[in-house]
Amino acid sequence: MRKLFVYDRPTLLRKLAIVPPFIWLALFLLVPFLLVFKISLADLRFGIPPYTPLTTLDNETLTLGIHLSSYKLLFTDSLYIATYISSAKMALVTTLCCALIGYPMAYYIARANAKARHLMLLAVILPFWTSLLLRVYAWVGILRNDGLLNNALMALGLIDAPLEIYRTDMAVYIGLVYAYLPFFILPLYASLVKLDNRLLEAAYDLGARPWQAFWQVTLPMSLPGVMAGSLLVFIPTVGEYVIPEMLGGADTLMMGRLMWTEFFNNTDWPMAAAVTCVMVLILIVPLALLQYNQASQYEPEKRRGNH
Amino acid sequence: MDNRNITGPRPTDEDEFVRVDEVVKIYGDVVAVKSVNLAVKRREIFALLGSSGCGKSTLLRMLAGFEEPTSGRIYLDGEDITALAPYQRPVNMMFQSYALFPHMTVEANVAFGLKQEGVPRNEIHERVFEALDLVQMAGYSRRKPHQLSGGQQQRVALARSLVKRPKLLLLDEPMSALDKQIRQKTQIELVRILDQVGVTCIMVTHDQDEAMTMAGRIAVMTEGQIMQCGTPREVYEFPNSRFVANFIGSTNVFTGVITVDESDHVQIESDDLPRPMYVNHGINEPLGMQVHVSVRPEQIRVTREQPAHEFNWSRGVVSHVAWMGSHARYQLRLDSGAVVEAAVPSQILAQSDAPGLDDQIFVSWDSDSATVLAT
Repeated sequence: MRKLFVYDRPTLLRKLAIVPPFIWLALFLLVPFLLVFKISLADLRFGIPPYTPLTTLDNETLTLGIHLSSYKLLFTDSLYIATYISSAKMALVTTLCCALIGYPMAYYIARANAKARHLMLLAVILPFWTSLLLRVYAWVGILRNDGLLNNALMALGLIDAPLEIYRTDMAVYIGLVYAYLPFFILPLYASLVKLDNRLLEAAYDLGARPWQAFWQVTLPMSLPGVMAGSLLVFIPTVGEYVIPEMLGGADTLMMGRLMWTEFFNNTDWPMAAAVTCVMVLILIVPLALLQYNQASQYEPEKRRGNH
Repeated sequence: MDNRNITGPRPTDEDEFVRVDEVVKIYGDVVAVKSVNLAVKRREIFALLGSSGCGKSTLLRMLAGFEEPTSGRIYLDGEDITALAPYQRPVNMMFQSYALFPHMTVEANVAFGLKQEGVPRNEIHERVFEALDLVQMAGYSRRKPHQLSGGQQQRVALARSLVKRPKLLLLDEPMSALDKQIRQKTQIELVRILDQVGVTCIMVTHDQDEAMTMAGRIAVMTEGQIMQCGTPREVYEFPNSRFVANFIGSTNVFTGVITVDESDHVQIESDDLPRPMYVNHGINEPLGMQVHVSVRPEQIRVTREQPAHEFNWSRGVVSHVAWMGSHARYQLRLDSGAVVEAAVPSQILAQSDAPGLDDQIFVSWDSDSATVLAT
């Protein structure tokens, strides 16, 4: 044990260096989550706070009050299950659309010359300089029945009656893809721009036509970028509140809206907390699996690559 | 002139298996390659030698199909390949830093070219391992490129570029990514494999040792032109210009004027030397013209006694001695102030009266060891 200690002094220092971020994560991620988890195990009551305490001390008896009613409701009421499925579906479709639209864009930017590349990257980032709320409001103006899009289409004579997009799932998809597209493009661009052009030349040299080279070299080598972009889109989309609230209809089921309703309309904090905890679990499990999978893929390579 | 209408096998000139015909490449207003003509024989290893920016890489890229010549044609085995895309040419290249696909195993890297052709699966497997056996890498087929050493990566790259049995193999600076110690061994090994396969090969290098070790013929390039083309020995012993003489090994150049011009010898007088130079071969240049005489360092004798003959010598002082192992490099300042370099074999140095620093000496050379250069 002692020997190990002496040997690993630089590693120990390195370990110390990652202590601050861990404290940060613990304070602002783990502790709040545990608080939420605690609330999810409470029961509803009138008062401040509007839920029962976890422990009570009465007549020298410490009582631990764990109420699973919220979780029971969560897994029995079809509304909640439907909301989870609907949220996951919306996030998945959004991620897929972002991939289909974002890949060609990122590819084109990465292949462009340096000057055009910077201009196009700026164009991708530019929307962030305006508040999301404002941009979603703009979409309301575009998609409404008497909005820009319908007026334009009717003026052109392409349609007779306005398209019913506003307050439907379609509008939510448009808003989500619009808002999260840059999060897909940027990491993918970063991985595409690093791609060594000589690898493509080698592929051509060995008889691959351009599309074969793309399929067998460019695409597999950009998969880490695709993965990073997909996660950056999928995770926030699952819990998105603003866009479904402003563009979606009453029947657009999404977790963000559900939480809002439970917290502010029903003041059912335990229920809202339970919804949150299950959502975090749903998000964390696939992420952890993915991480583990990637780590185990690189581990043996690292060891063998040393000599 | 079209030979294709003639019955029977099309006559292919074996001396012109690869023919580069008046090829020019211009980028914007930069002339990268200006009018290159080249003929490479079947099964020959041919080196394009030159410093960076001399156009050798551009020429190689045009042979591979990555660049299209501004004008001129390229023929391979009698066929005009100038306009063919890289993936349509029976030409494969081993890239400078190998360009192995990092996400594929060694086996998949080598199989890549065959897969594009739609070769049947079991044949692919067979040919891949045949190629890997050739470079002694069959035991590494499941590794990824980053798990291999530089030398191993080079072998895989070689296998990948040979597996399709190209008519022409291109090597772009094949040794540049290797450590100096293993280079020479690898060069000889590479030549052995290329001879075994019998592939025609054009390589590009800036390293004259590499070109001389590996190639049957060398073309020395500068400023987008081929200065001289010949076997390593021809280029070394009979350089046609000061540039080539200096580029292939080092040399001493004396500039002088032709004073005697006979069919079997010439005499040249130089301000650098107290004695006229006597060269025992005839030249085309007229009497009175200024020419350059090249004498290799290993042809120069360094002695304490004054030479008896009347030509090709001067008095001087040893100004620097560098011990190189097999020989010593002497730097000698002549009475005229000119500086001459001599390579003295170690056997001579072992003698007790070997000249040392600041010693008075005489330099001399034989009349058949000098070469007259017009430019």
